[in-house]
Amino acid sequence: MKLFLKVWKQEGPEDEGHFESHVLDGVSEDSSFLEMLDQLNEQLLGEGKEPIAFDHDCREGICGTCSLNINGYAHGLENSTTTCQLHMRKFEDGDSITVEPFRAKAFPVVKDLVVNRSAFDKIIQAGGFITVRTGSAPDGNAMPVPKENADLAMDAAQCIGCGACVASCKNASAMLFTSAKAGHLNMLPQGQAEKDSRVLNMVAAMDEAGFGNCRNYGECSAACPKDISLDYIAKLNRDYAKAKIKKVFS
Amino acid sequence: MILDSKIPEGPLADKWENHRFSSKLVNPANKRKFKIIVVGSGLAGGSAAATLGELGYNVDCFCYQDTPRRAHSIAAQGGINGAKNYQNDGDSIHRLFYDTIKGGDFRSRESNVHRLAQNSVNIIDQCVAQGVPFAREYGGLLANRSFGGAQVSRTFYARGQTGQQLLLGAYSALSRQIATGQVKMHVRQEMLDLIVVDGHAKGIITRNLATGEMKVWTADAVLLCTGGYGNVYYLSTNAIGCNVTANFRAYRRGAGFANPCFTQIHPTCIPVAGDHQSKLTLMSESLRNDGRVWVPKNAEDAGKAPSEIPEDARDYYLERKYPSFGNLAPRDISSRSAKEACDEGRGVGPGGRGVYLDFEDSINRLGENVISERYGNLFEMYERITGENAYQRPMRIYPAIHYTMGGLWVDYNLMSTIPGCFVLGEANFSDHGANRLGASALMQGLSDGYFVLPYTIGNYLTTISPGGIDPEGAAARETLESVKERVGQMVSAKGKRSSRSYHKELGNIMWEYAGMARSEKGLNKAIGEIQDLRDDFNKNLLVTGHGEELNMELERSGRVRDFLDFGELLCRDALTRNESCGGHFREEYQTADGEATRNDEDFSHAAVWEYKGDGETPTRHKEDLEFENVKLAVRSYK
Repeated sequence: MKLFLKVWKQEGPEDEGHFESHVLDGVSEDSSFLEMLDQLNEQLLGEGKEPIAFDHDCREGICGTCSLNINGYAHGLENSTTTCQLHMRKFEDGDSITVEPFRAKAFPVVKDLVVNRSAFDKIIQAGGFITVRTGSAPDGNAMPVPKENADLAMDAAQCIGCGACVASCKNASAMLFTSAKAGHLNMLPQGQAEKDSRVLNMVAAMDEAGFGNCRNYGECSAACPKDISLDYIAKLNRDYAKAKIKKVFS
Repeated sequence: MILDSKIPEGPLADKWENHRFSSKLVNPANKRKFKIIVVGSGLAGGSAAATLGELGYNVDCFCYQDTPRRAHSIAAQGGINGAKNYQNDGDSIHRLFYDTIKGGDFRSRESNVHRLAQNSVNIIDQCVAQGVPFAREYGGLLANRSFGGAQVSRTFYARGQTGQQLLLGAYSALSRQIATGQVKMHVRQEMLDLIVVDGHAKGIITRNLATGEMKVWTADAVLLCTGGYGNVYYLSTNAIGCNVTANFRAYRRGAGFANPCFTQIHPTCIPVAGDHQSKLTLMSESLRNDGRVWVPKNAEDAGKAPSEIPEDARDYYLERKYPSFGNLAPRDISSRSAKEACDEGRGVGPGGRGVYLDFEDSINRLGENVISERYGNLFEMYERITGENAYQRPMRIYPAIHYTMGGLWVDYNLMSTIPGCFVLGEANFSDHGANRLGASALMQGLSDGYFVLPYTIGNYLTTISPGGIDPEGAAARETLESVKERVGQMVSAKGKRSSRSYHKELGNIMWEYAGMARSEKGLNKAIGEIQDLRDDFNKNLLVTGHGEELNMELERSGRVRDFLDFGELLCRDALTRNESCGGHFREEYQTADGEATRNDEDFSHAAVWEYKGDGETPTRHKEDLEFENVKLAVRSYK
């Protein structure tokens, strides 16, 4: 395959950045998108130019490191797929492809296609946990969890924290991410004790990090490589309202 | 080099209990005076950092990823073993201990493995309490499944994403400690050297991958939770960033490296598709519960579509050779059998390096729904990568490098031969011998981090006074300067070849001569070729950009440089272990029908390598393994 690539280049956080065009020939359709970029980088090195920096690690769709806006879509147009699992057979010979970093105020660019997503860590640190000291746990079977609840919790817990939801939202809202993590814990009996403080604190941390508000556009869920459902946003709103009311009347 | 394993006295089942009682305690007021560095934030590092933080120690935790939640433990699919016996099928701590010792082909330490089996029970409880959404039965209790190398159902799982869920559990505990300020997290930081003062580990040097800044960090103890070295083979199931640098640098500073040749080849990976490939993807071993492995009986049929090969022309070779374990034979045996079939020309798919994993019988027996519920995400992943639908056509699989049992040598306290330098999880050598059983890597990482190290570290800390060393002092400065010099040399390398091309070539050498089958001749050849490649690397490497910025070429060059040295060490270890055991198969040592032949007389020991300087041959030491509770037997899965 021969591809015409337009790739974002930005020296550092302070640089304005610009697109650069590249032509890449001899791409195998069995390559993943990142392997195609590897090939481009080898070509650039051969020409004595600096390769393009991009984030990646496990390359099997689970670590959430890879990002990239491909032709305007977070992780590309393919459903339920991370960039590392997007394969070139989904493109045509002669295609033009535009590659940009995830764009959001809360995700500043570090270099080229690499962005800083540590705002997500701040949200988790605010309450995305169950307080249990090592060694203080009761027997695993002491507290049965109905299978349906465990399954729903797992559906939410699958979130890989990649940030595609934020990158595809025009408000750059982090509601899908926050609601998935809070929803996972709030759905389990173990998570009940801290439920109210969890949602209040996580939402406050989310706002503080500079993410926008949710307007129920639904782009986040459409772009999510793990198909996290909008239902979790509804649940978070519900849990948040309850917690807020309890706080007002307590 | 003195190898004192510090195995506690007493009967096997009481050793850990006795040791915990006799271990020194650090009183709570003193804990906050100690500073501990944790390198790595996977299951071992994340759980250790969180637990040490809870106990009141001051912890600095480092990872090369952009957040601790991305460590490669996240990619483990199948599950975690726990000797709960919830299934009432005859499991017990002793059985898990025995299975692990036997699975490791009698090359691990009895006392460590037994402790691991004991802790397995607490790990499940801990993770459930953290909210890890393990699979449940309809009554709401925990579900289990069976796994390779075991005849009981003791594996707990969260769909095909068990590693992810356990890691997120540890990450949530870690995040709680970060929020309290007890743990300071440093992301995008790579450890490039260990600071050793008067023989004790006192800190590390890191390079900030985003800015290029190199920095000294001092502490009273250093924990290396830095994973395995599978990427020395270039293509493996490891994440692209996984590397041996932290461990190899510790080795160069005096930590013994044990059994580097014990590498695990996982039987169920998606076969290599072409030269562009940057990594191999694992298909969880749990698939072997319901899939049947076969190749055509005749090499002439290998090119045909699987549907055109009738039942009686198929060879279900694992069921034929190992009737009692069948498709659940351990990883090393399954892998080698696949290689044999392909070597005979009966392999399928492009290049003839693949075997079928067929779900047709299970789909007929259980229905597509059940199979989809159990493995749906894996089938999807397979289709995405290969473009083939495994519900309609058997999967193609082939073995790939997956896990490394070897690692830095540690005593019962998980301390390396450098006092104050502890090693946890895959980075150490201690629990899996020559072959690791499925669903036991997660178990070991969490056992070390949650339940072993937090107790045993007291035995060291009570022998030193807190406060560490002066970060501006001579030792720290010298180490920093040596790192700067090494990185500087690479930045100024303006040759012709990229670090990736060297890595690929090294990988080819390793896979060819130190992969699934090894021989004296091949290993000697490999050592020569690696030395030549290293010379070429030193002359012809090309690195663009500079050191004071995010520079991924520079990062990779440093890692490849250490892999070049380490690959030679691995081959040397394989060359001196004149036997076949577990994942280490030497062609000279096999029975007439191709089964591995162990040599307990001469090799019932861990080989521990001591660094002697660049260009010098390292010294091989031995820790003899004593088996008081199990009888060394020929491992049979027939």
